[in-house]
Amino acid sequence: MATYIARRLIQTVGLLFILSVLLFALVNLAPGGPLAGHGQSRHINPAKIELLKRQFGLDKPLPMQYLIWLVGNDWMQVDADGDGALDSYGARLGILRGDFGFSFRTRQPVLTEIGSRLPNTIYLTIVTLLVAAAIAIPIGIISAVRQYSAFDITVTTFSFAGQAIPEFWLGLILILIFYAWLKNPFTGAPLLPPGGMTSTNAAGFDLGDRVIHLILPVATGALGWIAWYSRFLRSSMLEVIHQDYIRTARAKGLNNWKVLYKHALRNALIPLITLLALDMPYIFSGAVFVEFLFAWPGMGRLYYQAALQRDYPVLMAVLIIGAGFIILSNLLADIVYAWLDPRIRLE
Amino acid sequence: MSQLANPPAALDAPSASMASGVWKRFRKHPGAIFGFVVISTLIILALLAPLSPYNPEASEMEIRNQPPAWNHIMGTDALGRDLFTRVLYGGRVSLTVGLLVVLFSITIGVPIGALAGYYGGAVDSVLMRLTDAFLSLPSFLVLILLSAILREVEAPLFERNNVLTISLVIGAFGWTTFARLVRAAFLTLRETDFVAAVRALGGSDLRIILRHILPNAIGPITVEATLEFGYAIIEESGLSFLGFGIQPPTPSWGNLLSNAQEHFTKYPWLAIFPGLMIFFSIISINYIGDGLRDAFDPYKVLEKVGEV
Repeated sequence: MATYIARRLIQTVGLLFILSVLLFALVNLAPGGPLAGHGQSRHINPAKIELLKRQFGLDKPLPMQYLIWLVGNDWMQVDADGDGALDSYGARLGILRGDFGFSFRTRQPVLTEIGSRLPNTIYLTIVTLLVAAAIAIPIGIISAVRQYSAFDITVTTFSFAGQAIPEFWLGLILILIFYAWLKNPFTGAPLLPPGGMTSTNAAGFDLGDRVIHLILPVATGALGWIAWYSRFLRSSMLEVIHQDYIRTARAKGLNNWKVLYKHALRNALIPLITLLALDMPYIFSGAVFVEFLFAWPGMGRLYYQAALQRDYPVLMAVLIIGAGFIILSNLLADIVYAWLDPRIRLE
Repeated sequence: MSQLANPPAALDAPSASMASGVWKRFRKHPGAIFGFVVISTLIILALLAPLSPYNPEASEMEIRNQPPAWNHIMGTDALGRDLFTRVLYGGRVSLTVGLLVVLFSITIGVPIGALAGYYGGAVDSVLMRLTDAFLSLPSFLVLILLSAILREVEAPLFERNNVLTISLVIGAFGWTTFARLVRAAFLTLRETDFVAAVRALGGSDLRIILRHILPNAIGPITVEATLEFGYAIIEESGLSFLGFGIQPPTPSWGNLLSNAQEHFTKYPWLAIFPGLMIFFSIISINYIGDGLRDAFDPYKVLEKVGEV
């Protein structure tokens, strides 16, 4: 197991290396080059661009630039004032030492930007996943146990529909219903806020206010997952309850619920948990729409704003971190799978 | 020995009987028929869009933001254009992107999967590492980055994120599933007796790949192509909704929604109808995919060509 994990981690490093080359090439070969977002203003003159190029080291050959991006330039002389002569040691540490550079847009270090947004995305993601699991698991179990009942048929139809609703449209419709149409019967104000994490006038931490602001983004994000996970659990549960050991458990005289919960569900959940680990990255991608619609100050919104202005340092950082995250969650899925199901031996 | 001579002959013409069997089973799937009818209707309507009496791009300021009525069944937008007409033209764009993405994904993914699965070894590991690299990227975020870059490009064929550009961008990430699927099919099929028989008869690698193994993978490829069609429509709409995809004034379902967004609480029809179109096409496509999956039961297909 340890050897397996070690080998996978080494593969991960290799894969991240390939990805970093691909991304670096993409950004540097893109029309306009890496400064495309930097000089958004049309007034910037060619001399100034040349100066910026020297200051950012963009006059060097691409492989050298890649190396600097990776390991920094504090070990070499650079042209800090852009006058064409080397004058001091560089200040960049490179992404390997956690230096993703500065955002063109806000002039803040990229990691500071990400650090201030990431917790908000994690917060929203965890609540969304918990809500999705809390609804999808019972639905999946009941539809499997009462296969082809009215409940099962209704739920299966709805979950098919739920998977076909695009998130961005669902969000708009929910805002329409709960913000524009439905009013709070006591105050006459809109029933739910259309966006934000808290009310702008909120003083300190107010749990009720937080919850109210979570309802629409969580509902928007969770529906697709509820549909997908309940369908998935239904089929994995159906597979399990027709196994011999379930019949044996029944034959021993265990009551029905005990058979379902202690014997069937435990095994039916294994693939679901793996799936959850594999799906984590998609939840982050989906965050772009939810955060865009509901003005949620998270990573998705940061990425959207960065893309609007071609803020490459931020875009590259999010993609590299995102890719690392996907690779690690795939590894985690394998490990959890082996841990939950002792029949599986990783080699 | 007679068995050795027979399978290649039978393999040369399994498609007619297979197709009719698939169609027979597909017809018995009520969801699939629903999906087939809905998506066909949408495609026909989109094709007939030029019959609409309204111009999709000319504005008529005196009838701005009209709610649905008999002469404008989906209402009019902020520039007084008939929304139904724009939705139909948007459908042409969105459905075309879907089709092109499937085409591009298959063109890239199937050869990669076939080579990796058939030759194995070093070819397989190189191609699969490449596939892994693509699968490890948060693909929708990369789509945003690519389309944000290409949005400003004015090259002849790829002007400002037209249908071709967006389809290529989405297709560049859609091929991975095809590659994996085809590889898996090739890995199992290359060891079968009928492949050994063709090889013994002197069949070339190319002949074995194209005429003997690939036709057996047609089921999963078709199912995946259907689902990819749906994903592509969602991805195009999503990109256009964020403003990175198809650029106005060309309508697509996604950018119609994006335009609606500013005042949709006042003029809700602008947001409701384009979204309904996306919803109905995706649900139909998913039902068709489901129906095809049942219809292409792999065991039945293998039985037909003499395996099992």
